[in-house]
Amino acid sequence: MNDLLATTAGEADPRSRSQTAAGQPLLRIDAVVKKFDGFRAVDSLSLDIHAGEFFALLGPSGCGKTTLLRMLAGFEMPDQGRILLDGKDIAQVPPHQRPLNMMFQNYALFPHLNVRDNIAFGLKRARLPAGEIDARVTEMIALVRLDGLEKRKPDQLSGGQRQRVALARSLARRPQLLLLDEPLAALDKKLRESTQAELIELQRRLGLTFIIVTHDQEEAMSLAARIGVMEAGRLEQVATPRELYETPRSRWVAEFVGDINLFEGKLDAAETSRLTIPPRLAVATRDAGMIYIAEPRQRPVKETLCVAIRPEKIKLSRRAPAGDDSHALNRLEGAVIDVSYLGGTTSYKVKLDSGAMLRSSMANTARLDFSAYSAGQRVVAWFSPEDCLVLEQ
Amino acid sequence: MSSRSLFTRPARLAAVAPYLWMVLFFLVPFLFVLKISLSQTAIAQPPYAPVFDLSAGWEAARAALDALSLDNFKLLVSDDLYLVSYLRSLLVAAVSTSILLLIGYPIAYGMARLSSRAQAIAMMLVIVPFWTSLLIRIYAWINILQHDGLLNQILLALHVVSQPVVWLSTDWAMYLGIVYSYLPFMILPLFSTLAKMDLALLEAAGDLGASPRQAFWLVTFPLSLPGVAAGALLCFIPIIGEFVIPDLLAGSNALMIGQTLWLEFFNNKDWPVASAVAVILLLLLLAPLLLYDRLQRNQLERA
Repeated sequence: MNDLLATTAGEADPRSRSQTAAGQPLLRIDAVVKKFDGFRAVDSLSLDIHAGEFFALLGPSGCGKTTLLRMLAGFEMPDQGRILLDGKDIAQVPPHQRPLNMMFQNYALFPHLNVRDNIAFGLKRARLPAGEIDARVTEMIALVRLDGLEKRKPDQLSGGQRQRVALARSLARRPQLLLLDEPLAALDKKLRESTQAELIELQRRLGLTFIIVTHDQEEAMSLAARIGVMEAGRLEQVATPRELYETPRSRWVAEFVGDINLFEGKLDAAETSRLTIPPRLAVATRDAGMIYIAEPRQRPVKETLCVAIRPEKIKLSRRAPAGDDSHALNRLEGAVIDVSYLGGTTSYKVKLDSGAMLRSSMANTARLDFSAYSAGQRVVAWFSPEDCLVLEQ
Repeated sequence: MSSRSLFTRPARLAAVAPYLWMVLFFLVPFLFVLKISLSQTAIAQPPYAPVFDLSAGWEAARAALDALSLDNFKLLVSDDLYLVSYLRSLLVAAVSTSILLLIGYPIAYGMARLSSRAQAIAMMLVIVPFWTSLLIRIYAWINILQHDGLLNQILLALHVVSQPVVWLSTDWAMYLGIVYSYLPFMILPLFSTLAKMDLALLEAAGDLGASPRQAFWLVTFPLSLPGVAAGALLCFIPIIGEFVIPDLLAGSNALMIGQTLWLEFFNNKDWPVASAVAVILLLLLLAPLLLYDRLQRNQLERA
C-alpha cells in the first residue's frame, strides 16, 4: 500500500502537497453562486475542507449538492465566487486540467473498454510511461480486489464489481481530492454496508480527501467525519454527525436528520422563576402543556420557540415515575395508537390527552419483553429537560 | 403451461413469415435469373434457350439441362468491359460512402446534441426530401447543373467564372447526386447511436484528463461505430447497384454495373448475359451484407 503513495514525482503525492500548507484548507469554496435560468441552485455558499477529511454533502434532491460537486469537478462553472484548491483558483479551469477526480453516480464506465483499460484511461492521458501505467493499474486492481476480471467489459460485471472499477479508475491518478456522487446508491443494502466500511478504510489508508454527495443521512453519518447539510442552495449546518443529530441548528435540520418531536410554544417567565432547580426554563407549548428544558447556552431571543425531543429520548411507562425524579420532570399522558416493531427498536405513536402526537422509540433490550405496549394502552411519556432542544424558527 | 403455448405458436409463425417471404420473392426469382444466366440468347420468345417445358417429358428436360453452360460467365471474365464496370461501381460506392460519412457524421452529431424539440424538427428536415420522387429530385439537379442552369448563372453573375462550366455529365455531378440522395440513410443510423450515448461518459473522460477532442476520439467515436457500420452499409450496398443517378448525371464514357446490366438487357436484348451480370453483382453484394449481419448479431449478443 505504501507503494501507492510513494510516487516518483513527489508533487503527485496528495499528502506531501497538503502538508506544505499546514493550516490552510485543501479546498476553499468561497461565496460560490450558480444560477440556472435565474434560479439560484447554489446560493453564495462558502465551505473549507481540509486535507485528509472525509466530508459529506447531505441534502434532499434539488438542494444543489450535486451542482456544487459538479462545480468542483469542473462540469459547471460558477457564476460568482472562487474555488481554491491548494490556494489556486480553479473555478474556471476545464475538468481535464483539474488535479481531482470524480466517481460518477452510475459509474460512467466506458462500455467499449475492459476493466484494465478503463482504469488505465486516466493514466494514459497523463502520458505516464507504459511500464508505470501497467504497474499502477495492477496495483489499483489489487486494491479494489478485482484480480482475474481485468479482461471483462463493464456489462459483464455485477453492480458491486462495477462500483469497484469506478473507484479504482477515479483513484488511479492519485487525485488530491476525490469527489463521490452517490457512490453507493445503485447497490443493495447489504453490499452498501460492507462497501461503506471499505471506503472508510481506503480513505484512511491512502490519506486522501473525500467529498461524498448523498441524500441518505445514514450513509453520510457512517462515512463522513463532517457533514454539510444543504437546503435550497445553502449550507444549513456543517457539523460532525453527533452534533448534527443532537444539536441541530435549525428546525429544518432537526427534521431532515432523523425523527423528532416538535412542540411550539412560548417562554413562560413566571413559571421559570418559580422553578427551584436552575438552570431550567419553562416553555408553555401550544400542544403539550408546560415542558421544562435545560437552559441552552444562549438564552433564546425570540419569544416563540420550538421544543424538540428525539423519539429515543422519550420513555414510556404505565405509571408516572417517582415524583422527585428530575430526569422525568416532563410527563405527558396519553394512549398508544400505533406500534411498529423494527427488530432492534420498537416505535410507538402516542396520542397525548392534549391531542398532540408523540413518537417514542425504545430499544428491545430483552428477547421476551412483557412490558411492551399495545395499541390503546394508556401510558405516561416522560423525558429529561437535558434531552430537550430549543430551536428558533 | 397454457400461457406458454398461447405465445409460442404465433411467435413461431411470425418467425417463419420472413423466411417464406424471402423464398417466394427472392430465392425463387433468383433461381429463374440463375437459370437464364446459364442459357444462350435466341431470337425467340422468350429470347433465350433452352426453355424448360415440363409437358415435353423427361427426355426433353434432360436435353435442356445439358444445354446449360457457363459461357456467359466466361464472357464476363474475358471482356474487360464488365470487370471495369464492376470496379467502377465499387470505387463509386466507396468514394460516395466516404464522402457521406464525412458529411453525415457532423450533422448526426449536431442533431444528437440538440434539445428533443429541435431534434424532432431536424429529423423532419432530414426526411422531407423523401416526400418527392427521387427521379424528380435528380431532374431538378439536372436543371441546376446544366449549361445555362442555376449554378452557372450564379457563378457568372458573381464573376467567379467568365464561361459557363460543364457540370452535367461529369463524375462530380454523379457524386453530388449520390451524396445528396443517400445522405438521410447515413444520418439516421448515426443519429440513433449518437443520441442514445450517455453524456456522463464524456464527463468521465474529461475528469480523467481527456481534452474534448481526445474524448471524442477515445469515447464518442468508438461507441458510434455500430452506427457508422450501419450507415456505411446502408449506403454502400445500394450505391453499387445504382442506375438512375449515374445514368442521368454522369458522363457516358464509364459505366457503373447497373448501367451495363441495363444496356445488356434493353439495348442488346441479351437476357442471359444480363442475368450473369446480375448473379455476379449479387455475389459481390453478399460480402458486405454478411458483414452487416455479423455486426448486427454481435450487437444483439452484447445487448
